[in-house]
Amino acid sequence: MKKMKLYKLRILVAVLCTSLLFVQCGDDDDNGNVIVSAACDDGEQNGDEEGVDCGGSCEPCAEEAINFSGTYIQEDSMGRPGVNTVFSGADDVKNNFNTTTPSDRAAFQPTFQATLELYHDVYATSLEIDPADLDYETNILGLDAATFTTVLANFDALQVASEGPTSYFNSTTGLPLTGRNLTDDVIDISLILMFGGTSGTRFDGTNNTPQLTSDGVGIGTRVYGEFPYLETPN
Amino acid sequence: MRKTKIFAAISGVGLAVASIFFIAADHVDAPAVSGTKTDIADLFAFEGTNANNTVLIATLQGTLASGDQTTNAQFDEDVMIEFNIDNTGDFIEDLVIQAVRRGDSMYFFGPAAPAETGLESSVITFASRTAVKISTSEAVETAMSTTNMSVFAGPRRDPFFMDFNRFNLVASGAVAPEGFLPPAEASDFFADLNVLAIAVEVPNSMLGTAPTHVAVENLPDLFAAGSIPDSYNVWVTTSRKQ
Repeated sequence: MKKMKLYKLRILVAVLCTSLLFVQCGDDDDNGNVIVSAACDDGEQNGDEEGVDCGGSCEPCAEEAINFSGTYIQEDSMGRPGVNTVFSGADDVKNNFNTTTPSDRAAFQPTFQATLELYHDVYATSLEIDPADLDYETNILGLDAATFTTVLANFDALQVASEGPTSYFNSTTGLPLTGRNLTDDVIDISLILMFGGTSGTRFDGTNNTPQLTSDGVGIGTRVYGEFPYLETPN
Repeated sequence: MRKTKIFAAISGVGLAVASIFFIAADHVDAPAVSGTKTDIADLFAFEGTNANNTVLIATLQGTLASGDQTTNAQFDEDVMIEFNIDNTGDFIEDLVIQAVRRGDSMYFFGPAAPAETGLESSVITFASRTAVKISTSEAVETAMSTTNMSVFAGPRRDPFFMDFNRFNLVASGAVAPEGFLPPAEASDFFADLNVLAIAVEVPNSMLGTAPTHVAVENLPDLFAAGSIPDSYNVWVTTSRKQ
């Protein structure tokens, strides 16, 4: 209805205007008759304006006021991959981890260390080795069990270098923790840090050891381009 | 003595089996968020194609099967996704970049200092904002702020890869002593799955000066000064409107 009216008016205006650029002629219902100039600075919504002196042939209108008010409470949190899922163990610990801040997580360290040993115990048991004889061994970064789990619990964020290349862990250069690329094999890196021992190859499937340092999976067919980098969905 | 150890080992097996449903990296990580719109799947942070920029990507609501599950997946208007950036080394956020959906668009705010740090927060409407239409599987929409920050939101292929099924068997001891499979037999559980993603590419000049790397700062015996470049500490959170 409204559109129809406007359309008719525009025809009228267009006819009356000798100019083809009829939108510049504008209209004003209150005036009852013909052509009144609708300027973009007259303080009224007129012409083809979508708001007062904006939209249509004027400058675009400022964004509508959208309501962003309210208080938000944290429900999930993530820094390094796999930390909560791998080391928290029990469900209530996992929930607690997600609803604490990174600077307030020292209390998780003993749990993390116990879980790290537990993974080794589970394997020892299934191999019929006394669990007391098969413990975590200081990893390739030189971190013993207490230090490793302290780094995981107390400093859970991705470290991101402002200068230089990104690497979750570069096994060639030894550069650790300067970010996380889409292509980084964080599972293999995590497995090496957990089960690789000082050499990084402690349980790598050779010499009758279990294969615990690689899940055998890489990026496969994934290919990454420019921003937003990620691929089209399957 | 021996019995105690065996008992401990057995309860250890039980515990590991109980936690069998873990999906790294953060997909479905805890019961309280599993299957909700706040469930974070992953976080990536890397140098952009332009080396002066940092790219931050968060994926959510994984895992989504191809087809209707992906097409129908939506960001929740009551959920704020927030990149937290600590540039002083205390693991408290100094700058945040927030994303909140309204209608068919995602609104990004910041980077700016948040009004409050910690578990409770609000949208930093006082900071610069950039809106981008939420992409579909077919059409990618990106936008760039006046401060040269690129933004994106929409469904994407899950970038996370892992032999998840085999992992569960390994963690429970069910496939001892073999462990994981050789590459030819291993299978990437996530290869055909999708996630909802947000991405920003932000000039480093907007993130402040990076602090000494946390490892260099806290473990000087293992990581000598200068052995790792100065680095921000970055994490992602999701928060629900009360």
